[in-house]
Amino acid sequence: MKSLQELHKIREEKRKELDLRVNTNADCREKHILVCHGTGCTSSKSPQILENFRRILKEKNIDNVRVIMTGCFGLCAKGPIVIIRPEDAFYAMVTPEDCEEIIQTHIVEGKRVERLLCKDIDGKIVNSLDELNFYKKQKRIALKNCGVINPEDIDEYIAFNGYEALERVLREYTQDEVIDIIKKSGLRGRGGAGFPTGKKWELTKASEGKQKYVVCNADEGDPGAFMDRSILEGDPHAVLEAMEIAGYAIGADRGFIYVRAEYPIAVHRLKIAIEQARNYGILGKNIFGTGFNFDIEIRLGAGAFVCGEETALLESIEGKRGQPRVKPPYPATAGLWGKPTLINNVETYANIAQIILKGSDWFSSIGTENSKGTKVFALGGNVNNIGLVEVPMGTTLREIVYDIGGGIPNGRDFKAAQTGGPSGGCIPKEHLDTPIDYESLKQIGSMMGSGGLIVMDDTKCMVSLAKFYLQFTVSESCGKCTPCRIGTKRMLEILEKLCSGEGEEYDIYKLEKLAANIQKSSICGLGQSAPNPVISTLKYFREEFRQHAIQKECKSLECKSLSQITIDEEKCKGCGLCQKHCPVDAIEGEGREKRVINQDKCIKCGTCIMTCPFHAIGN
Amino acid sequence: MINLTIDGQKITVPEGTTILNAAKQAGIDIPTLCFLKEINEVGDCRMCIVEVEGRKGFATSCIQQVEEGMVVHTHTPNVLEARHVILDLIISNHAKDCLTCTRSGNCELQALATKFNVLDIEFPGEMNKHKIDDSSPSIVRDFNKCILCRRCVATCKNVQEIGAIDCVNRGFESCISTVGDHSLNDVDCTFCGQCIESCPTGALHEKETINDVWVKLKDPETVVLVQTAPATRVALGEEFGMPIGTNVVGKMITALKRLGFYKVFDTNTGADFTIMEEANEFVERFKNHDNLPMLTSCCPAWVKFIEMEYPELLSHLSSCKSPHQMFGAILKTYYAKKENIDPEKIYVVSVMPCIAKKFERQRPEMKENGLYDVDNVITTRELARMIKQANIDFEKLEDGTFDSPMGEATGAGAIFGTTGGVMEAALRTAQDILTGKDLPKINFEQVRGGEGIKRATINIAGQPISVVAASGLSNARKIMEEIKSGKSNYQFVEIMACLGGCIMGGGQPIKNSKIRSEVDVRKLRADSLYSIDEKSTIRKSHENPILKKIYEEYLEKPGGYRAEKLLHTKYAKREKYNI
Repeated sequence: MKSLQELHKIREEKRKELDLRVNTNADCREKHILVCHGTGCTSSKSPQILENFRRILKEKNIDNVRVIMTGCFGLCAKGPIVIIRPEDAFYAMVTPEDCEEIIQTHIVEGKRVERLLCKDIDGKIVNSLDELNFYKKQKRIALKNCGVINPEDIDEYIAFNGYEALERVLREYTQDEVIDIIKKSGLRGRGGAGFPTGKKWELTKASEGKQKYVVCNADEGDPGAFMDRSILEGDPHAVLEAMEIAGYAIGADRGFIYVRAEYPIAVHRLKIAIEQARNYGILGKNIFGTGFNFDIEIRLGAGAFVCGEETALLESIEGKRGQPRVKPPYPATAGLWGKPTLINNVETYANIAQIILKGSDWFSSIGTENSKGTKVFALGGNVNNIGLVEVPMGTTLREIVYDIGGGIPNGRDFKAAQTGGPSGGCIPKEHLDTPIDYESLKQIGSMMGSGGLIVMDDTKCMVSLAKFYLQFTVSESCGKCTPCRIGTKRMLEILEKLCSGEGEEYDIYKLEKLAANIQKSSICGLGQSAPNPVISTLKYFREEFRQHAIQKECKSLECKSLSQITIDEEKCKGCGLCQKHCPVDAIEGEGREKRVINQDKCIKCGTCIMTCPFHAIGN
Repeated sequence: MINLTIDGQKITVPEGTTILNAAKQAGIDIPTLCFLKEINEVGDCRMCIVEVEGRKGFATSCIQQVEEGMVVHTHTPNVLEARHVILDLIISNHAKDCLTCTRSGNCELQALATKFNVLDIEFPGEMNKHKIDDSSPSIVRDFNKCILCRRCVATCKNVQEIGAIDCVNRGFESCISTVGDHSLNDVDCTFCGQCIESCPTGALHEKETINDVWVKLKDPETVVLVQTAPATRVALGEEFGMPIGTNVVGKMITALKRLGFYKVFDTNTGADFTIMEEANEFVERFKNHDNLPMLTSCCPAWVKFIEMEYPELLSHLSSCKSPHQMFGAILKTYYAKKENIDPEKIYVVSVMPCIAKKFERQRPEMKENGLYDVDNVITTRELARMIKQANIDFEKLEDGTFDSPMGEATGAGAIFGTTGGVMEAALRTAQDILTGKDLPKINFEQVRGGEGIKRATINIAGQPISVVAASGLSNARKIMEEIKSGKSNYQFVEIMACLGGCIMGGGQPIKNSKIRSEVDVRKLRADSLYSIDEKSTIRKSHENPILKKIYEEYLEKPGGYRAEKLLHTKYAKREKYNI
């Protein structure tokens, strides 16, 4: 592609063709069957579903229906998801065997396949995406194209204003003007720390040096987080376009995307996207004939969480062991191979083109005073709607958990939510109405983090939760600095003692002392934030720690050696149901006798508690 | 210049100075552990953390640079508590068997524990268990004592550019290892021993062999002879608290005699033999334009390096054995015959500044008539231990002299211990051979000094000779690459594996990080050797009367049949990995 005219031509033609994707009233004789090809749906056979659709359509000689692969729709718990446009029919948990019926009933006969239509939490069938409570409070900017376009077709990206922002930047704006727009938008880094993006761009531009680099941090590693993966899988060009804009703004001509090798689909789609952009002349030399050069290479991570830390990531790109560097100097002055380097994460980049196109005022009108725009969360744990959500900053945790997430399953109560993964902290019930933004989360002892949001119900043990995250940090510490290498290990050992009933009250003091010193003296963000899950659980659930340490008691079933399941003699009717379900034959008694649990055999699985119709069993 | 305040003191330092060095100027000694000047400046251990006003978290003083107006506090309660915790954590995963550790008393971790009065481990827990690797003849690795400062890794990788060791695994499981965790004996380690010199604890040390010496000294059937390398005499005193570089040759001889050695000889005489052979070999090659440049072969770590890394250039290597090997061979042949001792009863001990010599002595090439030239190599450090164990008050010893008939060595032999010394000694002899005169020029300043690579063109009899002396294996590699590419026109190349030469060898007294930051150890030891040379009455190897006699009586002439058999050898390609 030599000129902008060619880009415009593709955009116009393709946009008409794809109108039915976003317009339920589109006037067309075509239908598009969209099949989610995110990692979750792919693992549940969505590629086979796509194949089956195509095969059946061919067999039936239906030529006005196209089957399209898309990125993630967000409601992963209901996957594999199939949506038929323009009428916006939403089929959930589709299997390859269902394809025949969908084609026959929906396409041929024009009726909905009732049994496959998605149902809301209340059991009500939803006729379109927008009807779902899950989507009602969401605002999609970073995920704008996810579930709408085919991520492996650059034309579809172009159709929805793709590369228009780049074009505008190269044609109309100076470097400083671009930086100014980003600064004014109030966009902050979505990777966790929330550093103002425009400021970062400004600093990198101001750094002296002929060679500069743009890096995309796609080494998403928090347990339970899949925001960046979904963006890369669903809309890879958005990241490429933003990196090019950043390259122009700071004066760089080379970019690197550092992505984990455990994201094969994302890597595959990125490769395709880069190849297509190069073929179009959107990446490479003299882009759109403006004299601007920029190219992007992919670097695969080898599975180290610490490589998500920006300086460890740079070391890894350079081919060294992934270990952080001491800052300052920051990458903006001395980054990749010592050259000024701009590093932003995937989600941050995914906002850039929208900000350029719609303006900084539009972006800064969304969100709170200091946290602008939206944030994508990977919602998981004890919540009904597990999936990917994008909400305006300032949305409360309650809205996310109850309105979007559909509340807690099995009628249980909310106990806490963990944000920020192993670097973050837990938010207890009393803070459910905290608006989610950088400052508010920090204030209550958690952090935004990259966007993992794990909900826990009232059966969870918070000491075990702290232990879980410490286990993660201990195994993912790079081992470079003493506090993180040995200190977190010692914290984990203390937590293990507490959970096994060997702890004492003094251990809580030791935990706090270690936590405070590891926070202050570790080299990088991973070490400095590693104690956070312990600090925040101690802050809100100190009594639970004391119960473990002093009474040697765990109210949940998680700390096996501290919990005991017993049968209430008064309530037991001797039905024997618990005995029947016990997997280890730990329940004794015959006939109508009241049952007793043999504590030596019991493995505390809790099956008996759930099966007892008289609520006679508890811990 | 930058103005800043450290612990209330206002100071001005050049831009780019680290907080650690700025503090030093103010007389403030911030504790460090992983820091090794210019080699390992990474901030891993966190001992050197300080508080900087207005900055979140601690600053890493060993790497972070001063800024205008900076206000630094090095011992606030916060910093002190953090340092205590860090030290506690390091010790919690360190084998605390100080009483049975070779580095007790010279251990940087122990010194910090004393400084901070660590009386108890507050955060005990699981400790890593490592198997001790003592498979090589030179180095013992005991990672139960490793604190992961990585000074050894940086030395091996960045100074020597070998990279035989590196950090593997993650987090608490991190440890220093080799390719595939094979023993050091089976990988590309050259046994230069610089890792030992860098180690702050007892995780790395030489394979000690002094027990065998004690046994042999007590055995009435064995004639135990000892020879001492040039570099040992300017470092041994340091083990007894004497100033760095003190020449203690006289006391060393007396101590060795008191230890019970039958005769005490000087490896400098061996060095004179090496020069005779090497200078003649060079002159021959120079005249015939054969296999130039000629590469010296007296450093065993360098020899192992070229065998592994540049086998295609082995034909350039001099065929000379190293001085102590030559001397051992002479002792078991000429000397044995002359003194009428059965060579099988002779036990030759070499006191060396080097641990690669331990490897060298047991090479199959170093045998004659089924007997090793040298039977045991002990380091300067091991000799010091023997002297202490024998209850000898070293400082009070009278000076002794080397035993005849092998006792007299030249100044040329002495300077073998420093980079450029072998070259200079060889040039003194080569110029006389080439011109057939006794030239007054003795000093070749161009090849002196501490630089890693020293190039010079020397005019002898109107012919320019292009020479280079390189020390440190990274510099050796540079020279080898130059030769390989055909771009160099060197005729004579001297290589020593340790930066600065044998005086800085892996068997020398270990200097802690603070001393290495503040004192030029190499220069002090080298100056001492050059001063021995200056004071020598004979300063050219070929003028050594003992040598003349032995050539006359036994060896005939340099490069002659017997000399070739006893004093020369051949080296072959060696696989880097024996796995």
